[in-house]
Amino acid sequence: MMSLENVDWSLAEKELEYNCGGVINIGWYCSDRICIKGKDEKIALVHEDFQNNVKTFTFNDVRLASNTIGLFLRNLGVKVEDRVCLFLDRIPELYFSFIGILKIGGIVQPLFSAFGDESLFVRLNDAGTRAVITQRKYLPKLRRIRDKLPFLEFIIVIDNLNQSELAEREITLNLNEIPVIEDLVIFPAKAESPSLLHYTSGTTGQPKGVKHVHYSLISQYITTKYVLDLRDNDIYWCTADPGWVTGTSYGIIGPWSMGVTQCVMDAGFSAQSWYSFIERYKISVLYSSPTAIRSLMKAGDELVKNFNLLSLRHLASVGEPLNSEAVLWSERVFGKPFHDTYWQTETGSIMISNYPGMKIKPGSMGKPFPGIEVILLDPDTHEQINHPDKIGLIAIKPGWPAMMRSYWRNNEKYREKFVNGWYLTGDKANIDSEGYFWFVGRDDDVINTGGHLISPFEVESALLEHPAVAESAVVSKPDKVNMEVVKAFINLKPGFEPVADLQLEIMNFIRKKLSPLAMPQEIEFMEKLPKTRSGKIMRRMLHAKEWGEDIGDISTLEND
Amino acid sequence: MGEMNIQEMKDLVLAYVIKEYMDDEDVVIDFDTPLISSGYVDSFAMVSLLVFLENRFKIKIPPAKATPEAFDSVNKIVALVNEFQKP
Repeated sequence: MMSLENVDWSLAEKELEYNCGGVINIGWYCSDRICIKGKDEKIALVHEDFQNNVKTFTFNDVRLASNTIGLFLRNLGVKVEDRVCLFLDRIPELYFSFIGILKIGGIVQPLFSAFGDESLFVRLNDAGTRAVITQRKYLPKLRRIRDKLPFLEFIIVIDNLNQSELAEREITLNLNEIPVIEDLVIFPAKAESPSLLHYTSGTTGQPKGVKHVHYSLISQYITTKYVLDLRDNDIYWCTADPGWVTGTSYGIIGPWSMGVTQCVMDAGFSAQSWYSFIERYKISVLYSSPTAIRSLMKAGDELVKNFNLLSLRHLASVGEPLNSEAVLWSERVFGKPFHDTYWQTETGSIMISNYPGMKIKPGSMGKPFPGIEVILLDPDTHEQINHPDKIGLIAIKPGWPAMMRSYWRNNEKYREKFVNGWYLTGDKANIDSEGYFWFVGRDDDVINTGGHLISPFEVESALLEHPAVAESAVVSKPDKVNMEVVKAFINLKPGFEPVADLQLEIMNFIRKKLSPLAMPQEIEFMEKLPKTRSGKIMRRMLHAKEWGEDIGDISTLEND
Repeated sequence: MGEMNIQEMKDLVLAYVIKEYMDDEDVVIDFDTPLISSGYVDSFAMVSLLVFLENRFKIKIPPAKATPEAFDSVNKIVALVNEFQKP
């Protein structure tokens, strides 16, 4: 059994040959350093698209492509700490651009390519993004909003292969047609140099840009090694999209800083194609989400028998609590359990986990990673809870390398995340007598659907822009596969009938404006939404109704 | 809806998919083009496609049948709809 007793951040610093105060550029660590270590011809990326077209790249290919993109951006005038957005599918250029931007000291702003116009605009506007790297198919979205983004100077199109005519501010970057850059002057990033800006949603207000720094590498490297258990000869598959933090911390930085081969499948989900992918590339370590695992479960046990999945050595999960049924199912069909891991966009790296060798209690989040101090606080008094099994707010002592450094241009929100020197995660849990954490739920109204956080406020605000909607309340609704989905209660304006076609129209309206994730999966029209006497919509009542819970105190409910 | 033949159903569904989900004018899709596995229709967006089919064809498709595989092309979708339209 592996012991993590002697694991701490200094071990990562030593293995990465980083000295305090020295240079630590994640881009260099994930490409140049691996080549210097003699792995230049080792496969870094095996990429397969939905038509099963396969492309393979060595670490030297990654180094050269990222150099080329880095110099291209630098020559355009992209400067240190400029925000460069990646609005791309999971194509190889996304991974190369990520490394290239970091190499020149830019701040990478990855955004989920299914975001609709409004979601995209809000995030680019907040970040003051100077350049976007994208694909032709996403140009219509960008063209619809760019006039409202005066600081967005460059829209770089990575697949304009036919050199089609582009509009003002749009530039072609075709990697096959420009000189490959062998040597690039790497920006000498220090520990606190900004690296990434990931956007995340809260209950109220607009999405917040979570700012990370290059020193996050220390946490990401060591947790990849000891929690995901990656080893030099592994073939790794992280199923997360780099539009979300898992897809960057553990879908790029973790494996590549270790020089490990990873596979990427840029295709929608199907159980058959996933099993086939694992078999074809002999995936040994898989990092996925409970939603995906439950979708595999839904496809049935028989399907698994059609594939040789013996290559799988270690399985891990992130995004939502992993239910015990999923752990037991994977033990039965794969002969090994999924290991739950818990962390957030803000934490940048794994905080609590079931690491290899540890006894797994199915349904538990596991225990804190060495060096991470996690306690529970009383929700009312914020006093530490020391009784086993009592529910409290998960709070973490700041100080680990990958902790966010701020919310972009929003210090007030950032400060609100701390109480008495503890970072409040917004999640609730209890700790059993053996020190295992058990997830209970959110401490706010944020909806976790398939591992993605959705702000009810954002959806309600968007709904108000639909001509038929007078007011709305958005809550989570239980879902067997996605844990929660978005449900909207809507009060219509006079003259609009609550018909099925209007439901569909509103769903599509939100999908295009925000994203498919934020689209209400169910809409219920109500003649009147429950409100307090002061006129505030009682979202909690509607939430309780969906979850079959006690409605609680309704003494403040408005009477007719 | 009983009077609509299979070809008309396919044309109707294809037109709807193009109108609602295809932002990119360069991409041409046909009855066999993968929709979910290609990412043209996000798996979360599948629900809106399901609601469209249920509204338009006055049918109810059970959740167990509404899988990414069953929705992966216009031809597959129409086959599924046809299954639930039968008396």
